[in-house]
Amino acid sequence: MKPVDQMTWKDLNVGCVITEAGNAAEYKSGDWRSMRPVWDKERCIQCGVCYIFCPDAAIYKTEDNYFEADLYYCKGCGICVKECVTGAIRLVEEEE
Amino acid sequence: MPKRVGMEVSIGASEAVRLANVDAIAAYPITPQTHIVEHLSEFVANGELDAEFIPVESEHSAMSVCCGTSAAGARTFTCTSSQGLALMSEIVFIASAMQLPIVMILANRSLSGPLSIWNDHTDVMLVRDCGWIQAFGENGQEIFDLTLCAFKIAEDHRVLLPFMVNMDGFILSHVIEPIEILDQETVDSFLPVYNPLYRLDPDNPVTMGAFAMPDLYTETKKAQDERLKASLPVIEEIWEEYGKLTGRTYHPVETYKAEGAKTLFVTMGSFGETASTAVDAMREDGEPVGLCKIRLWRPFPFQAFHEAVKGVETLIVIDRATSYGGPGGPVAAEIRSALYTLDTPPKVVDFIAGLAGRDVAPGDYKAMYHRAQEKIASGDIAGYEIYGVRD
Repeated sequence: MKPVDQMTWKDLNVGCVITEAGNAAEYKSGDWRSMRPVWDKERCIQCGVCYIFCPDAAIYKTEDNYFEADLYYCKGCGICVKECVTGAIRLVEEEE
Repeated sequence: MPKRVGMEVSIGASEAVRLANVDAIAAYPITPQTHIVEHLSEFVANGELDAEFIPVESEHSAMSVCCGTSAAGARTFTCTSSQGLALMSEIVFIASAMQLPIVMILANRSLSGPLSIWNDHTDVMLVRDCGWIQAFGENGQEIFDLTLCAFKIAEDHRVLLPFMVNMDGFILSHVIEPIEILDQETVDSFLPVYNPLYRLDPDNPVTMGAFAMPDLYTETKKAQDERLKASLPVIEEIWEEYGKLTGRTYHPVETYKAEGAKTLFVTMGSFGETASTAVDAMREDGEPVGLCKIRLWRPFPFQAFHEAVKGVETLIVIDRATSYGGPGGPVAAEIRSALYTLDTPPKVVDFIAGLAGRDVAPGDYKAMYHRAQEKIASGDIAGYEIYGVRD
């Protein structure tokens, strides 16, 4: 499938039906982000509250049992920062 | 052999839906459409029609259910009027964008307020730009025929669009007329089982009704517009095929006694019958008048319309809805626009008449004809005149 901004009206299926199941995963919602969550391993107790509360399921567990955001999807909403019980996550400007 | 039977037009309409062997009906009763829904629910209850009849709590739900059943691959029917259409209008636009071949009969009725249950075309003009195919029937037989054809047209893979059959409330819906009802075998030979292009199927999942970001929405609208315009030759082809089967062939634009006419009345729906009677009488008096009936309102048949009015000096358009503060009734505004590119377009005189069930008798056409001559003589043909209003 062509990238959306290159599709012409003739490329659309009848009724704009999408025949490829689950292709919402291709949508890069990370583009919306202006702030990025950053974890402080010194404070993190590996409880997974951030993983549970992330509304986009964009937080994953790393091999050493800490957590990180998948920046392809993370919108930088800050819910993980709000919910973290030890204050281990902070938002930093994307410019940084 | 087909039977010609005297019956209420609403019953004739429900017979067409029964013969089309629909799979799902979701509707909410509203005057003057009620008899159609009542008869269909009886057919289902009696076992004469093997369909899901889904009673709903509102027209908004009716059209929502229709979108669901149609998306699941079911041949789907609903009908409504006036306020019911207004309430369902949100979903009416979605049905066409999703290209769901739902068939709906709209028993035309004025919109409130003031509250009125009687007939005009203000309801259909509310959804003029909804992207459905929109056709008008003039009598009971036409409603029966157009409804049957509507399923075949809507479900054709070159079309796949919802189809709205407009029938004037009370003037048609509650009047008993002779209607030729086709037998099941004939209908089955004309109307194949619906074969959906896409349908909701857990084994082959698809997404319907996804959202479009600004970088794609424009393309979706272009696709929808082209699709509706491209339905015109298919509509003509299927009406032609129906004509071979029944002897009754429909056309997007039809004329009556237009040969040699200097003036044509332009009507939509049941007013065509009265206007024909008026034209007969005026022709006997030597007046060069004829009639142009727009059967297909969307997609608008520009070419057929241009051919129908070629060489005519004056068009008297009978509008049955008001575009408050606008350029005229919706039909006249459209026609003036359609004529704009012609080198020598006919003059257009617009009368808004027959609002909310007010009678327009043959004599009124004669009066409008003379009033139009006066307006042309005085050079006052801009805008519109509400015919018969008490000043």
